[in-house]
Amino acid sequence: MSTTNEQHTFAKRPSSKAAIEATISGAFRIATYIVILCAGYIFLNIAYNGSKAVIIPKAPFINIEFLTAKPQTLHVFEPKEIDTELKSAKAQIVSLQTKQRNLGSNETTAADDLEQQVTALQQKIKALDLQRKDGRLMYGDDAYRALDQEPSSELYAYSNYAYSGGGIGPAIVGTCLLVLGSIAIALSLGILCAIFLSEYSTPGPTLQLIRLSILNLSGVPSIVFGLFGFGMFVLYFDWGVSMIAGWFTLAIMALPVIIAASEESMRAIPKGFREGSLALGASKWTTIRTNVLPYALPGILTSSIMGVARVAGETAPIMFTAAYALRDQLPWQGLEQKTDFFFQGVMALPYHIYVVSSKIPQNEYTRNMQYGAAFVFLIIVGFFALSSIVLRIKIRKKYKW
Amino acid sequence: MSTSNPSQTTSGGTPIIKIRNFDFAYGDAQALFDINMDINAKEVTAFIGPSGCGKSTFLRCFNRMNDLIDIARIKAGEIKISDINIYDKNVDAIELRKHVGMVFQKSNPFPKSIYDNIAYGLRIQGVKKKSELDEVVERCLRDAALWDEVKDRLSESALGMSGGQQQRLCIARALAVRPEILLMDEPCSALDPIATAKVEELIHELKKDYTIVIVTHSMQQAARVSDRTAFFYLGKLIEYGQTDQIFMNPRDPQTEAYISGRFG
Repeated sequence: MSTTNEQHTFAKRPSSKAAIEATISGAFRIATYIVILCAGYIFLNIAYNGSKAVIIPKAPFINIEFLTAKPQTLHVFEPKEIDTELKSAKAQIVSLQTKQRNLGSNETTAADDLEQQVTALQQKIKALDLQRKDGRLMYGDDAYRALDQEPSSELYAYSNYAYSGGGIGPAIVGTCLLVLGSIAIALSLGILCAIFLSEYSTPGPTLQLIRLSILNLSGVPSIVFGLFGFGMFVLYFDWGVSMIAGWFTLAIMALPVIIAASEESMRAIPKGFREGSLALGASKWTTIRTNVLPYALPGILTSSIMGVARVAGETAPIMFTAAYALRDQLPWQGLEQKTDFFFQGVMALPYHIYVVSSKIPQNEYTRNMQYGAAFVFLIIVGFFALSSIVLRIKIRKKYKW
Repeated sequence: MSTSNPSQTTSGGTPIIKIRNFDFAYGDAQALFDINMDINAKEVTAFIGPSGCGKSTFLRCFNRMNDLIDIARIKAGEIKISDINIYDKNVDAIELRKHVGMVFQKSNPFPKSIYDNIAYGLRIQGVKKKSELDEVVERCLRDAALWDEVKDRLSESALGMSGGQQQRLCIARALAVRPEILLMDEPCSALDPIATAKVEELIHELKKDYTIVIVTHSMQQAARVSDRTAFFYLGKLIEYGQTDQIFMNPRDPQTEAYISGRFG
């Protein structure tokens, strides 16, 4: 009888529909997990490697020098003895491996023997490398010049690495200035456009066309914006490679997103508020100012700051317009006139990461700089995103409907 | 039935709104046909009729709210308020709306405090003096029979009020700019019977000082609150007269059919 009980009207029965349902929901789940895993891996990788540069084991636990100093050439003195030993060990491995390759396929014992020798050498190299790291002396430019006497060349092998010493202070300052300036320009222009599009324009095909063009603008590759900025601001307006050229280039790049999002936020405000205000004898602008903009502001600010933070991470638009690979002064240092502030190039983190990752020979010392800069940049962007969220919550509390 | 000249002028009372040969269209679709009527000052005039008959559209012509709709246009005729053609070129719609207030179907208090809602109309006119604002807020809330209910929470959000209170707040807000005419577009359609009764009571009180034009779906409401009733059907004014006469003794067969519930 129990079988008949199980076959009541609402009993679960296996069917192809249920199987498809389960598969589909499983696919959604897996896709989400893959994305989370990838993102998590990227973040953790940057955080782990970057924290080596930013966090130090002794108080105050943050490598202030890395965050404030200018990029410098790193001068490295490695203990000569270990260096020579390392070099010979490496040479030995190479020769052993060549021998191994030349052996015939039936000489397996000889091959195994060679293999063991290689492994032994590799372990030796590891041990030597640790010794080398303990014994080496590293100086930034300033410290190097301040040395009374260079370490003796008999004991130490000297080499230097561009961009690997010092810190990323000017790049942090430059990035913050670029972001703030472009937010100011993009927000004011974007909100004006959005107000016009959502409140004043007449609906029709022309408006649709304008909207479509603005949206399409966000699909234009960033390098095109970079070249446009270079042609327009740097050459035609003759601003040179300068912060202000970078501001405008980044702002124009962020505009499509800001306009679309702001317009959306304003159109989401119920019609009743506008009508109520107009019916009381308010002019259109008064209505917008008092009864549309304040309520739309949280949405506008959030999307705008996110948009600019995203654009700020682009290298291509500032590569030709605003960024210097190396600049010794902070933006407010050494100005002849106050206006020069706007017309100077700055260092910027994305461009700095690009330069240290692909423009100079790679070695163990640049790695530190790359990851450190990426980590700091991540934190800055995170800070901007967080501030936009906090801002939204605050304004949202004030106006609720 | 004659559309050319249905019962238009009012006997007794002083007409404040005069509508003559008024044609109105949304794009190519004509919404109102050749309307002629006078609306008396300090009376309640109700517009009734089935959905889509143009009564709300007509109401929104009185304070030029239809200006907001791009395709809306006046095809012919005129509306005169206090003998001024409100669609004249040198009429400022903003000034007009200060004299012709409006209450909407869906109560739309601003997401601000109760006080700020009432003070809004004055503040946008540049009134800043706290004492003056205080006085107006109290007067309007008293006029709207809301003062005793909210006097202790003027600084709280208007959205925390009940639906009926919100609608009365909107009425109070409209009163703050001292309009002569108050337009009400189905003000009770979203309210429960008790809140409706309160608003109707309020309309009765306000009649002493204001001219009220009310659009309503409820014939009982029209019968209860109005002095005169106009019946619209398919964009035409079918019959207009004393409320008693319209409900007891309609002259037009369509009016009679609608009132007796045979269509609409």
